[in-house]
Amino acid sequence: MSVAPPHTLETTIGLEIHVELATASKMFCGCKVAFGGEPNTRTCPVCLGLPGSLPVVNERAIEYTTRIGVAFNCSIAKRSLFARKNYFYPDMPKNYQITQYELPLATQGHLTLDGESGAVSVGVTRVHLEEDTGGSLHVGGSGRIADSEYSLEDYNRAGTPLVEIVTEPDLHTAEQARLFVAELRAIVEALGVSDVRMEEGSLRVDANISVRRAGEVEHGAKVEVKNMNSIRSVGRALEHEEERQRKALEAGETLVQETRHFDEKTGTTSSLRTKEYAFDYRYFPEPDLVPFEAADEWVEALRASQPELPAERRVRWKQTYGLPPGDVAVLASSKATAAWFEAAALAYGGDAKKIVNWIIADLFGLLNEAGIDLTECKIAPAQLAGLVGLVDDGAISGKQAKEVLGHMFKTGDDAAEVVQDKGLEQESDTAVLDAVVEEVIAENPEAADKVRAGQLNTIGFLVGRVMRKTGGSANPKLVTELLRTKLAG
Amino acid sequence: MGIDRAAVDHVARLARLALDDDERDRMRAELDDILGHAGRIQALDLDGVEPTLHPLPLVNASRPDEITPSLSQSDALRSAPEAEDGRFRVPRIIEDA
Amino acid sequence: MTPPALHWRPATELAAGLDAGDLTSVELTEAIIRRCDDVEPHIAAFLQRTDERALTGAAAADARRARGEALTPWDGIPVAYKDIFVTRDVPTTAGSRILERWVPPYDATVVERCSAAGMPLFGKTNLDQFAMGSSTEHSGFHPSRNPWDPARVPGGSSGGSAALVAAGAVPWAWGTDTGGSVRQPAALCGIVGAKPTYGLVSRYGMVAFASSLDQAGPLTRSVEDAAALLSTAAGHDPRDSTSIRDGAPNLLEGLGEGIAGKRIGVVEEFGGEGSQPGVRARVDDAYGRLERLGAVLEEVSLPSFEHAIPAYYLIAPAEASSNLARYDGVRYGPRRVATDIVAMNSKTRADGFGAEVKRRIMIGTYALSAGYYDAYYGKAQKVRTLIVEDLKRAFQRVDLIVCPTSPTTAFKLGERTADPLSMYLSDVYTVPVNLAGVPAMSVPCGTSPDDGLPVGLQIIAPVLDERSMFQAAYAFEQDLGWAESDEGRPNL
Ligand SMILES: [Mg+2]
Ligand SMILES: [Zn+2]
Repeated sequence: MSVAPPHTLETTIGLEIHVELATASKMFCGCKVAFGGEPNTRTCPVCLGLPGSLPVVNERAIEYTTRIGVAFNCSIAKRSLFARKNYFYPDMPKNYQITQYELPLATQGHLTLDGESGAVSVGVTRVHLEEDTGGSLHVGGSGRIADSEYSLEDYNRAGTPLVEIVTEPDLHTAEQARLFVAELRAIVEALGVSDVRMEEGSLRVDANISVRRAGEVEHGAKVEVKNMNSIRSVGRALEHEEERQRKALEAGETLVQETRHFDEKTGTTSSLRTKEYAFDYRYFPEPDLVPFEAADEWVEALRASQPELPAERRVRWKQTYGLPPGDVAVLASSKATAAWFEAAALAYGGDAKKIVNWIIADLFGLLNEAGIDLTECKIAPAQLAGLVGLVDDGAISGKQAKEVLGHMFKTGDDAAEVVQDKGLEQESDTAVLDAVVEEVIAENPEAADKVRAGQLNTIGFLVGRVMRKTGGSANPKLVTELLRTKLAG
Repeated sequence: MGIDRAAVDHVARLARLALDDDERDRMRAELDDILGHAGRIQALDLDGVEPTLHPLPLVNASRPDEITPSLSQSDALRSAPEAEDGRFRVPRIIEDA
Repeated sequence: MTPPALHWRPATELAAGLDAGDLTSVELTEAIIRRCDDVEPHIAAFLQRTDERALTGAAAADARRARGEALTPWDGIPVAYKDIFVTRDVPTTAGSRILERWVPPYDATVVERCSAAGMPLFGKTNLDQFAMGSSTEHSGFHPSRNPWDPARVPGGSSGGSAALVAAGAVPWAWGTDTGGSVRQPAALCGIVGAKPTYGLVSRYGMVAFASSLDQAGPLTRSVEDAAALLSTAAGHDPRDSTSIRDGAPNLLEGLGEGIAGKRIGVVEEFGGEGSQPGVRARVDDAYGRLERLGAVLEEVSLPSFEHAIPAYYLIAPAEASSNLARYDGVRYGPRRVATDIVAMNSKTRADGFGAEVKRRIMIGTYALSAGYYDAYYGKAQKVRTLIVEDLKRAFQRVDLIVCPTSPTTAFKLGERTADPLSMYLSDVYTVPVNLAGVPAMSVPCGTSPDDGLPVGLQIIAPVLDERSMFQAAYAFEQDLGWAESDEGRPNL
């Protein structure tokens, strides 16, 4: 058997993403949707699967799912159905999951990614609505299911509306997959239909990845990767898995179909289940629910009322503010950041690029250091605009402004207040400065002569002397002008 | 079509029913009999006939997204065979055999 | 002529007595308790009695009536429920050991509505486990017996409710009907039983057997009682997505309008050898009586009905296999100890479910499993379409359809348990009705000349035309006069 050289291998990745919807109540009952809390305090006969109870569809969950479908350019089914997926698992009260099978709400969509190597169109096979399971706590052993002694079930999460988004196997690098998830997260967040907190499980990603020799018609052995708990993990896990499969193929090994678990700490994947159990879910239409028929006008009304999505925002920002793609990508990464930037830019009114620099270079640094989120930041967007305005007016220097920002970050005070409190206001009174400038010229005759002789770079030295004398409060622009006038040849 | 013991075992596993040998034998014969009778409809030519999922053509039954009171934790756990720390206790979770 | 004893009187007559002050609800309830004490040893129809609770409810109803604040005409008339209706704080078993000691935290909609009408809950009645059976022999606790002959079954699965009403023990009772489980025991016990249009009565709080077929129905001593009890619970329930959104009819209105000029279809395919001769004789008499009452009888052909039993015995078990998956020993019910979840689930279910339930779970699981869906479940759902279409076609020509309710009278205990298929085949007249979702009811048409046991006439109506069905049943019942005569009462 010949060993393939590395360049002839190609990677295929498809994603299956689950998004918990942020509705007020659960998918089929009135229990509150929330994260955590005392176990089994948000349950009722319906979400506990008690005998005789029946599900009733939450109409907002239908709306939210349809909005996601529209955002992914799907065609919205005129008629969709719920189905039962039958399998036993103790976190699932009825031992079947109400989901969609044959007729999902949305199908045949796509999303265009602007990747490093140009645009990639990723097919979205389907967007469907289902119910989430409860949660198991594994007791004994390491706390993982495999070596636990017993488990404890909490059904607070059971019945939370869950949207499943399945892509076509159109992704070919780990970076593309990471980018897709990031974009999906931003879209869902912009729609306001989910918290999209991967660490709390409201956004969950599974990936199917296979590597094959170029030109082969059949896909390679499909490996399902689970437990990627952040967008960064998606990239790391798939990069590792791609590499592992490439190496195996290059070494002439045969890959097997399996499910692998990503370990956040080691950055590697390990086999969870090699023997692929032949699941037989016995899907059939859910007889307790009736079909949903989406009227054209209803879909059109949703379409018309979609909020601005990240892609549209990127185009607008490029046009309105002239921002480079790199900055746009950073600012558009989350709804909160985007809204913050827009509010600051609006309050400022000048060149938005300046605001962007302050956010990315300075504010993000402070947030990082403090380990908090922009939403928790004490500085309001208009306050940042105020600070930049003070710099523009020459009231403070750029260097001072950074110091002021640090104070604002701690106290939430306005820039002007901080400047006043700290006596940071720049000295811009010409009469005051004039006297100091005269003094400095007198004390540094050699330097003054050099400037008079046309060595303008020496002016900086004299400015520095003035600044020192004024304890840094002089407006350096004004000082430079004064020196120039006085020493003009 | 005949139902063999392997089919009975497979279905019993899917349905989580621990049947003893006698039951399996009896079940094989009965399933064979009943499915044999039911299987008569397989001979019908029903191409183009839509299935009836519901006796009545109801659509779009839904509820507004409103919160209603939940059960208390003690009511939720009232009939639990075994509970611990406010949760339902179950023996070790394993995959299907 | 002396008026019949209290316990033989229909609920609507008892209501008149309460209204006139001839009787209090507490007196009535005490009489019912005494009667139940007398007959229960012979018929074993209860799974649980709630005497104290009924007496408390009766006293409250009497107080309301004394203040002139009766909730409804039926305020203070006790009602029994098949133990498949979920009752808050009253154990509910669905007739199965797998739900032993389950105490529900909520009430079924039917229970809620009848309670709101003032009817005290009087006990939970026996049934074939999860309503799977036609004899009440498949109860997980004990079989029930027919008051006409305790060696015989009361029919099923609502056998406990039917036996109690027939024995003059409770005034009326609720049953459920998935393939004939109200109508067949009504026929075998000589009382009235109605299965309304699918979706007319909420299924919320009815332990599910086959979701697309299950409907609640009244078991009563008179057609008028059935109309009253059904009207009390019918109507849209937002907790059941399959519940019909139109308002429910008051079926007592226009009940006596008669059937002159009504066109009534006799099913061509149901003639001949299908039924016991005595049943045929009585049903033929009934056809003659309908004609004398002014109806025009004509034959209708329903060729797809011959496929109803196979379709039903695929659809119902398939849905049941999924509906019954929740009984796994995790959240409620007894549990068998085992070291892992698969063994615990499997042992708990094997021990908790009866043989008939296991059989149907196996059939249903098989019918849905990979590779067989299209051939079995998918095909059966298409057969259902044929049945719906056949009925639609027939109802273009006739207003109602009549046939026997059951091919035989009550059979002996143990006679059919060894042969499940033969038991299934006896549902031939009732099952197509559930598949199509149309309403149907059984009304007594006398006793069979060959064994002296009651025979039921089934009246089938188009979707949501309960009114025509009840009018016909009422006209027939009044003209026959059997139920009010000594002949219409078991010697118990
Ligand atoms: Mg899913
Ligand atoms: Zn709930």
